[in-house]
This record gives sequence, C-alpha cells and structure tokens, in this order.
Amino acid sequence: MTRYVVQRALAAIPVLLIVAVIVFSLIHITPGDPATLMAGDQALPEQIDRIKAKLGLDRPLHEQLGIYFLDILRGDLGESVFSRFPVTTLIAQRLEPTLSITALALTLAILLGIPLGVIAAWKANTAIDRLVMVFAVLGFAIPGFWLGFNMIWVFAVKLRWFPASGYVPIAEGVLPWLMSITMPSVAVAFVSAALIARMTRSNMLEVLREDYIRTARAKGLREVAVLLRHALKNASLPIITIIGLSLAGLVSGLVVTETVFAIPGVGRLLVDAVLRRDYPVVQGVILVTAGMYVFVNLAVDLTYAYLDPKVRYRE
Amino acid sequence: MRQPRETPPSFALDASGYRRRRRIAEMRRAVLGNPNMLAGLIILFTAAAMAIFSPQIAGKDPLALDPFGRLQPPSAENIFGTDQFGRDVFARTVYGSRLSLIVGISVALIAMTFGAVIGVVAGYYRRVDDVVMRIMDGLLAFPSFLLAIALVATLGASLQNVIIAISIVDTPGIVRIVRSSVLSLRERQFVEGAIAVGATPRRILAFHVFPNLVAPLLVQGTFIFAVAILVEAGLSFLGAGVPPYIPSWGNMMGESKIYAQLAVWTLFFPGLFITITVLGVNFIGDGLRDNLDPRLKHGT
Repeated sequence: MTRYVVQRALAAIPVLLIVAVIVFSLIHITPGDPATLMAGDQALPEQIDRIKAKLGLDRPLHEQLGIYFLDILRGDLGESVFSRFPVTTLIAQRLEPTLSITALALTLAILLGIPLGVIAAWKANTAIDRLVMVFAVLGFAIPGFWLGFNMIWVFAVKLRWFPASGYVPIAEGVLPWLMSITMPSVAVAFVSAALIARMTRSNMLEVLREDYIRTARAKGLREVAVLLRHALKNASLPIITIIGLSLAGLVSGLVVTETVFAIPGVGRLLVDAVLRRDYPVVQGVILVTAGMYVFVNLAVDLTYAYLDPKVRYRE
Repeated sequence: MRQPRETPPSFALDASGYRRRRRIAEMRRAVLGNPNMLAGLIILFTAAAMAIFSPQIAGKDPLALDPFGRLQPPSAENIFGTDQFGRDVFARTVYGSRLSLIVGISVALIAMTFGAVIGVVAGYYRRVDDVVMRIMDGLLAFPSFLLAIALVATLGASLQNVIIAISIVDTPGIVRIVRSSVLSLRERQFVEGAIAVGATPRRILAFHVFPNLVAPLLVQGTFIFAVAILVEAGLSFLGAGVPPYIPSWGNMMGESKIYAQLAVWTLFFPGLFITITVLGVNFIGDGLRDNLDPRLKHGT
C-alpha cells in the first residue's frame, strides 16, 4: 500500500508542473503587451515599465519561468495589479463562502444522486426509473445559473423562505449561514446529482446481474440488505471516481452561480479579475483550484486502492 | 429474343441497392424507434430554422430600443415581454439561437478535428505519446469553465476567441478517447494484416484506423456541441463572452440580471431556450451512442 501511495503521489508531480507551465504561459498568449493592457488606456510609458518590471516581464522567458516556479514553492502568487494585495491573501479572504457552498453542494449531490441511482436500477425500466432518468437528463441541460434565478424568483421573492442573495459567515450563526448557502448549493449540486445518479444506476444494473446477488436473494436476505450491502458496496468504486470528477463541475458552476447570488467567493474574485484584466489574480485562482483538484483526484485514487486490493497489486 | 443480362454488374448493383435500402431502414428504425432521438432532432431542426429565418420569425428588430416600453411583462404585442432598454425579448431570443448554434457547431468541429489528429498521432506514434498525453493531463487538471474564462480573459472577449477558448478546453477529452481507441485498434488483426502486406502507416491510419474512429468521434462531438452552448452562455452571462451588441442567450441574461426580481421574463425565456436546445442535442448524442456503439447500449 505504501508503495502505491508513493507511486501515485509522484505521478501527480509532472501534472502539477504542467499545470503551472500552462498558467504561466497564459499571460504570454495575450495578443499585444499584457503590461499595456493591465495599465489601461491612459497609462504613461513609465507606469507600463513599472508593471513590466514588477511582473518580471522584462526578463528572458526561461528566467521568468524559473522565478515563477520558485515563487510558487515559496507560496508567493504575486499581487493584484488592481488592489495591490497579495493574491494569496485575496484568495484566503474569499475561501470561506466558496468552501461552504462546495461542501454543502457535494453532500446534497451525494445524498440525492446515490439513492436515486439505486432506486432507478432496482426498479429498472419502470416509471420510477424513467422519472429518475428524466431528472438526470435535465441535470445536464439546465444551466445552473438559470436554475439559480428561478429559485430566487420562487423561494425568495414569492415564498420568502430564503434570502435572495448574499453570504452570512458561519461565525454569525449557523442557521443564517445555512440559509444563505442553501439555494446556491442546490443550484450547483443539480448537475453533480444527475451525474452521480446516472453513474450509480448503470453500475448497480451491472452488479445486480451477478450470480452472488441471486445467491443472496435465494438465501432469503432482505432486499434492502441485498441492495445496499451486496450491490451498492460492489458498485461503489466507479461512483467514488465520478464524485471526485464531479467536483470540477461543481467548482465550474460555482464561478457563475456566485455572481447570481452575490456571494463574495473565489469565483466572484476570478470573474472580477477577468473583467479588470488583473492577470496575477486570474493566474493565482486557477492555479490554486487546479492544484486542489489534482490533490482531490489523488485522494480518490488512493481511496480506490484502499477499497479494492486489486488496484493496489496491479502494478 | 431478349438479351441475357450481364450478371456481375447487375449483381453488384443489386447488392449496393440492397445495402442502401437496409441502411435507410436501419436509420429509420434508429430515429423512429427512439422517441428521445426523434425529439432531439425536432428540437435541433427547430433551433436551426430559428437561426436561419431569424428576421422572418422574430418579426421585430432585436436591437430596436423603446424608452417608453421598458421592462414590460409578456403581452400580445411582446409575447416574451421587453427588457430594460425596451427591446423585444422574443426577437432577441430568436436571434440568440444563431450565436449558440454557431458556437456549438464550431467548437464541436474544431475539437473533433484536433482531437482526432492529436489522438491518432499520440496513439500510433509511441515516441510523441508521452509528451502529448502529459500536456493533455495538464489541461484536464483544470475545472473546464475556469480554464475557458482564463483563456478568454487573456485572448480578449470576442466571438472568435470564445470559440477558440472552449475548443482548447474540450479537445483533450477527445484526444484521450481517440488515443485509447487507436491503442486497442493497432493490436487488432486487420491492422496487423495490413502491416504484414506492407501498407504504409499513412494508409493504415486512413483506411483501417480512422473509419473505426468515426462513431466515437461523432458521439463525443455531439456532447461537446451541447457543453459548448452551456459554456458560452455562462461566459457571456458573466460579461466575459461575446460582446454585448450580439444578442446571445447568455448575455441577454447577464445584462438583465439586476432586474431579475423585477422582470423575471427577461431571464426566464433565454434560459429556457438554452435548456431545451442542450436537452435536444444531448438526446441526439444518446441516440447516436446507442446506435453506433452497441457495446455501450446496456449500461448508462
């Protein structure tokens, strides 16, 4: 097991390096001079030179890349051209709302997606199954931000159950915090729930065809035990993978949904930086999210190996 | 005395006619036997008709301002209501189909082309495989929307750059699928046979490998079509997509978002059209997958 962990962890390093190179090269694919763009229309040549020197854009490319790597290793992601704050500080300030919503959304997606998938597979080719599949197909088609607006209209404007927008920090009370993140979480969780339901259904269908399921039923085991202990447990590996992968979809959806609900999170930070052409912040945010995503996938791989010895010994 | 018909040509003719009739029958069964596929095709044809005949269907100028008719709810005059500039939401929604379809089709074609070429090269020529696949892994490590918005931010917001950015994000997935198909195809006997009779790599790729890639490519291309429409809508909604003077379902919603609680129709209708269009395209993708790849039929 230790050997497998080390192997997988080492395999993540080249991916992280390439991620950093891609983020680094973003600033160099701009048509024209990034420093001029960032300085704005009325900038004086001295101001542009100052930005250039500050970002190191006046050095040769390989030196810039080297400095960029060293800075990342020291935890320095540069500073915002707009507000002059270090990018790491800006991200840290915005992390709480984004992590809160991601956590709640992922929980909702799992709690909704897995039971729906299990029931659909159990009642395969019935009206219930078809209903779940309609939900799954809709999940891929409805834009999360549009769902968000419709939810605001129904649950905040008409029914007044939830606040229409804004974020309440958890320090100001758990209930207000939960109320403020419920609607955005549901809006982004929808697509992940659909994905998890679909994956759970198809894997359950496969497992339910196995002989040991027939044996379990033949020896008179309760259906719930057959479904959960025998079938779901054996269908769980691909489901775990898809949960890990769906996290990327959640984060993608969150970037747009934070704007809908006026949540001051990392997504909004990114969008504001994009609109202001604040490149260091754009680079910092996508580097951090991609880095976190690589680690999540590593964790998923390791869970996989922990649960299934076959994976561990294959190589 | 009747001339005896020459057997070989007429036989060949009959066979090809038979094959064509059978293929048409198969296609008819694929479409009519699958209500979702049929619904998907109807939706896509309707959307295409809306895009092509926008001026006739809309009946109004999507850019015409009416300062005295701002934020009017749906009525006989404006069936989808008007937005904050008094523009007709129905006309803008009809014209918006153009942009969504252009982005969807362009991204699907570009991603399929580059994905196929890069995937075949990586799968068939072992020497470049490692380098290419590590770059693809790197691109796949980003949550897709984040990479797309970062690319648009650096390239600049325009229709062309939105298409380029979404294509860059969606190509690595196709590369992966094509590469793994090529890897398994090259072990198959018909490829070994072609190598044995001395076929050049280019001939093997063109006549033996590529035809077997068409089905998975087409299926993936359809799903990318759908995803691209959603990503464009998200980018334009945030103001980081196509410029505001082009009516798009995304930027209609983005421009009206502060009036969401006052005039919900300004956001409801464009979003509804996005949902229906994406649903239709996904139905077609599911139908194609079931018909072109029987191995996947049982399962998802």
